[in-house]
Formats: sequence, C-alpha cells, structure tokens
Amino acid sequence: MRFVDEYRDAGKARVLAADIAARCEPGRRYTFMEVCGGHTHTIYKHGLEDHLPEQVALVHGPGCPVCVIPMGRVDDAMHIAAQPDVIMTSFGDMMRVPGGKGSFLDAKAAGADIRMVYSPLDALKIAKLNPGRRVVFMAIGFETTAPSTAMTVLRAAAEGVENFSVFCNHVLIIPAIKAILDSPDLRLDGFIGPGHVSAVIGCRPYEFIAREYGKPLVVAGFEPLDVLQSVHMLLGQLGEGRAEVGNQYGRVVPWEGNRTAMEVIGKVMRLRPYFEWRGLGFIAQSALSVADEYAAFDAERVFDLPGLRVADPKACQCGEVLKGVLKPWECKVFGTACTPETPIGTCMVSSEGACAAYYTFGRFSRERVREATRA
Amino acid sequence: MSSEPAVEGRAVGRAEGVERAVAESRAGVAPGGSSSGGREQQVLDRIARVRRRRAVVREERITLAHGAGGKATQTLIEAVFLEAFRNPVLAALEDGATLSLDCARAAFTTDSFVVSPLFFPGGDIGDLAVNGTVNDLAMCGARPAFLSAGFILEEGFPVADLRRIAASMAAAAGAAGVSIVAGDTKVVERGKADGCYVTTSGVGLLERQVSLSAAGARSGDAVIVSGPMGEHGAAIMLARGDFGIEAPIVSDTAPLHGLVAALLDALPGGVRSLRDATRGGVATVLNEVATASQVAVVVEEEALPVRAEVTGVCELLGIDPLYVACEGRFVAVVDGEHADRAVQVLRGQPGGAGAVRIGTVRDDPPGLVLLRTVFGGTRIVDLLVGDPLPRIC
Repeated sequence: MRFVDEYRDAGKARVLAADIAARCEPGRRYTFMEVCGGHTHTIYKHGLEDHLPEQVALVHGPGCPVCVIPMGRVDDAMHIAAQPDVIMTSFGDMMRVPGGKGSFLDAKAAGADIRMVYSPLDALKIAKLNPGRRVVFMAIGFETTAPSTAMTVLRAAAEGVENFSVFCNHVLIIPAIKAILDSPDLRLDGFIGPGHVSAVIGCRPYEFIAREYGKPLVVAGFEPLDVLQSVHMLLGQLGEGRAEVGNQYGRVVPWEGNRTAMEVIGKVMRLRPYFEWRGLGFIAQSALSVADEYAAFDAERVFDLPGLRVADPKACQCGEVLKGVLKPWECKVFGTACTPETPIGTCMVSSEGACAAYYTFGRFSRERVREATRA
Repeated sequence: MSSEPAVEGRAVGRAEGVERAVAESRAGVAPGGSSSGGREQQVLDRIARVRRRRAVVREERITLAHGAGGKATQTLIEAVFLEAFRNPVLAALEDGATLSLDCARAAFTTDSFVVSPLFFPGGDIGDLAVNGTVNDLAMCGARPAFLSAGFILEEGFPVADLRRIAASMAAAAGAAGVSIVAGDTKVVERGKADGCYVTTSGVGLLERQVSLSAAGARSGDAVIVSGPMGEHGAAIMLARGDFGIEAPIVSDTAPLHGLVAALLDALPGGVRSLRDATRGGVATVLNEVATASQVAVVVEEEALPVRAEVTGVCELLGIDPLYVACEGRFVAVVDGEHADRAVQVLRGQPGGAGAVRIGTVRDDPPGLVLLRTVFGGTRIVDLLVGDPLPRIC
C-alpha cells in the first residue's frame, strides 16, 4: 500500500538498526520513553524491539487516553448513563475500562443505553435523531481528540441541539511529561514524543524538557521506521552531547502546530486547576473542562454527579507502569489476576496500553522465538 | 402437505385470486346437477379444491399469525419455503425428515446467523446460512447432503425480503448440491428480534477415511489459506455505513466442499486439519491449532494474502485483517512435504486461485502463534478478547 509499505521496509530497518547499534557507546545503557500509546502499539505490533540492541530499552509512557482515566470518573459516567432518559456515547476503547462498579459493557448489559461512536459528531447526530433523550458524549483523549470535541460543542451550540452534552475528560500531555520528569524513581535518557498530539500543539511546548531537564525529545510518526528513526536521532543527540527537540514526523507535524485547532480548544474549554490521573494521582493544570459560555453542553453541570474518588485496587501497579518504573511483566498481577479479559488496571484495557500490548504481542521468550523463527 | 405440483411462483393479488377462485369453482360445476344434496356437495368440493390450491401469502409483512402454527404458518411455509426449497423429503412436511445415507459415518453440525445488515455486497443472510453449514461439514471432510433451516422472524418483516432470502438459500443449496429437508418458523413481537435470524443444521456423508482435527498438527507441517483474507468482514463493516468509507469489497461467501474434496483426494493422509476462517478470522483458527496440537505456528506476514482494498479499510479502522472474518476461506494444515502440491491443487480449483502457504508448524514454544513481521520483527498473534465487529454472520 502506498505511503505505508515504505515505512515498514525490513531492508531499510536493518540498515537503520546497524547504524543504531553503531551509535551506542559500549557499556552504556539507554532508556527512552515513548510517551504515546500509539507508539507502544507500533513497537509491539511490528516487533520493533528485535531491531534494537540489548543496550537500548524502551519504556512505555502515559499517553494512552483510556489508561489515565481514574475509576471515579468512570463511575460518574456510569451514573449519568444510568439516568433513564440518557443515551451515553463513547469510543469503543472506553467500553471495557473498569470503574469501581464495573465497566460500560456491564452497565449496557444491565440495561443502560450506551452506544459506541467513532466521532463526537456521530454522538451529536444521535442527539438530533432522539430529541426526547439526553445524549452525552464521553470525551477522552489528549490534545489529539480535544479539537473534535470542541468543534462538536460549537456545532451543537450553533444548531441549538439542547439535548446534547459532553462529559469532558480531556487531558494535556505536557503536565504528564513534567510529572514523569519530576518523579524521583525514574531515569530516562530521552523521549520519543507523541506524533498526533504534536500535530496540534506543535514542537515548541517540549522545549523546556531539553532546556530545564537536559533530555532530548524527538517527535515521531507511527510507522515502525518512524519510531526506529527517532531512536536513531535520539542516540545522535546524546552522542554529540546535545539535548534538543527534534521532529522526525515533519510530514505531519508543523513546528508551530495547528493554530486553528488550538483556538477551537481555547474557545470551548478551560484549564482545570487540577485533575486526577489514574496511577499518577492529581496533577495541577493537566486537564480541560467545558468553558462557562458553553455550560449548557457540560455534562458535569447538566447532571448531578457523585464525584467520588475511588482508590485504585491495591494490587494494581498501573502507576508504576505508566511512569515507566516497572515493565508490564514486573507488575505483581500481570497476566494472572489482570488479563485483557479481566483487566484490573487500565493499562490492560486498550490496545495502546503498555500491559495489553505486551500481553497480546510480546508475551514470549526472545530466545525461544528466535529459535522457532529461524528460517 | 397436499400433493399439488409446483406452480410457477408468482405473487397473486387478492382481487385476482378471488376472481380466479370464482371462475374455477364455476367451471367445476357439473351441468344439470341440481338436487339440494348435490349442491351442498358441490360447494364442499369447491372448498376442498380451493384449499388444495397452491398457498399464497397475501400479506406484505410478517404478522404474529405467521408464527401461530395455524393456517397462516402453513401458508407461509408452503408459499415461501417449500416453493423455494422444493424436494420430496421436505414436501412430505412430516415432523422430521427421513434420510437415506449411503455410508456408515456422517458429520452433523449447526450454526445460527444473525448478520446485520441482512443484505450486503456479495450475498445475504440466506446464502451465508447455507454456505456456513455446508463449510462446517466440508471442514470435517464430509460431503454436505442435507440441511435444515430454522427461521426466527420479527413481526413486520417484509415478506418480499423473506422470499429473497429463501431464493438465495435455494440457489446456494443448489450450488452446493444439498437439499433443505426440514425447517421451522417462529415469529416474535416487533422489537424482540432484528428482522430475520436463520439457523441451519446439516448432515454430511463421510465417504473418505479421513481424520481431521485441530489437534493433528505436528512440527514441519505447512499452513495454507485458500484465498485472500477478511473480505466478508470488511464488506459487512462497509455495508453498515457507519464509517463513511466506500470501497469495492464484496463478501467472499462461498461453499468450500469442492476445494476440500480436491485437496483430500490429492493428499491422501496428508491433510491434518481443516478449519474455515469465520468469526475471529485466520488468527483465531491458527490459535485453535496451536493450542489443540500444543505446537507453535510461525506465520510470515509477507505471505498473508490480503487485497489492497481490505488492507486499506483495515488500516483506516485500526483493525488487523488477520482477525477479520471470511465466509469462503479455510486454513489447512498439511504435511510439509506435500505443501507445494496442496497449493497447486487448490489453485487449480474454482475458488482456490488465491491459495497460498502462510506458515509452518514448529515444536516450540507450544500453544503460541508467532508472526514474523514484514518489518523484520516478531510478535505474538493472540486471540482477541472482544469482537470489534459484532454480528457479521
């Protein structure tokens, strides 16, 4: 397939892999975090780690939208969905995320009207088709999905769709990265920066990482060669003693981002003073709510919410996994109590979650696999 | 059931039917017959004649009466199903079909179909229901012979759609050389079902001495798929119109018994396992083989046959074609020494032109399906937890 196959070429990968190995200083270990769950998925789906030398380790960051939703917010959403006149709409990824009282799938089986949509505009369409019902969109995601939620609110306002509202759980990537950088138990050599988020916010917001923390960051695309090349670029910077923001994904990400998208977010949404992240705790100014001007479309104001904080299950170590302190398989319940069928933690839910990706794609001994796949 | 011969199937309007009934009854009056007892007998004869006439469903939509087991049910069965599937065993309309089997061993299977939408590019629930059961029998190494068909209809379902489904079932049965010899119809209230569900069961004759089992794979065996993957699932996805994507993809629904017969004849004793790759796609079948045989299945991503349109749609939707359903493709595990011959034989058969070897069976690590990616890495191909696409068959 054009524009995809060329980014999956094994020959080019081998050339790049050899160069990556050459750039590694003997005896030195390198740990890079891919912030975005999309990268985690790519790394496992294409078996990218087979091209990396033992010295280079990738740890999986917090950039998986459903993985960072705290249980209390899921319970709030289920409370809204339980109102008899409500149609709750959600992306498919969200359906299996466990709250304190089960998941959307459980609520749906128990009679709640919860529908999967592919875009917030689909939710708005459902609202127009069901004027007698209140339709709520469960908005999740980073700056990548926030513009489409904001656009939908603008359209609902313009068209006067009064039975539509948004349960806003949009979060911001920069405070999350900062929380990770400030975490004392973490040693990273650099970041593979999120591609789609950066298409919206641009590269400039990452500059403090290089300037204040002395760590390089390379914004990367989502094909396997993109990720491999960004590792190559990070090693290049480290080898020359530089720490800068690089852009491997120039074909999609402009340095200044997407001004229009940022303006739409700015118009419809406001920064929350603080927001709880699953596993990471409360982070200041790390999430968005619906602005006062659009209060009529804010599910948090349309409905009375319990707003209870639900502690993560004791056994769950999603926080450590999200910060990259633990590899998925190092978690106490990984693969035994917590599996994709019965997830305890959110990292096991989405295909972008580090644990689910590792469990689904990478659950094997490299040694034995090398033996089995020898041609 | 009456012994009335098949009449050209044609919808008859009420008025026209009544006129004809009157005309025929008049024609049946013997000239000169006039005694009062004789007249009553004539009327009774006339009623009897009318009742013997070919049943006609006059309603445009299914009503609860069609499921009540009385006259309307009988009319529906005779006018729609018997009309489409006509054969002597079914025509007897006994409580069960009496079958004569020419061999001592038979395969027996059942499958229900709830696909949405009912009609899609390349097929409909009717041919899907026939081919699905025909293929399950074929995967046992059997020659499909007899099917039953059970229908659950929603009140209000258009009779025209039911006729269309019955017609495509009849065509699919004809193409597969099977007879539909038993059936059942139920009607549920509006809102309690989604239009039409079909269940087919089937009996197939085991004429060859074969032992096919997912547990039969051994190290060194070759894994073959009979054609491009994922076309049925992709066609259904697009037919639902949820995505606003258009692509020329049609369902691959087809009977597979011919391909299977050719393969079994060409490799006596060399075929270990056959499975059609329906729900869960090829990946799910490979996992069944790896688990049941306690072997590793190593698949080459480069060899996987997927049409460019299907790859494109799957990329857009973030779905892996390995998990997308086919309704006319199977996965064969064959003796590695005869793999080339197997592929060659399949390619020479109708419906087998796209057959290709996709992988190899190894001893270790047992129970895992491994994929060597085009990119040069390795990953597991696991079972999916939930179905990304419910109700594709």
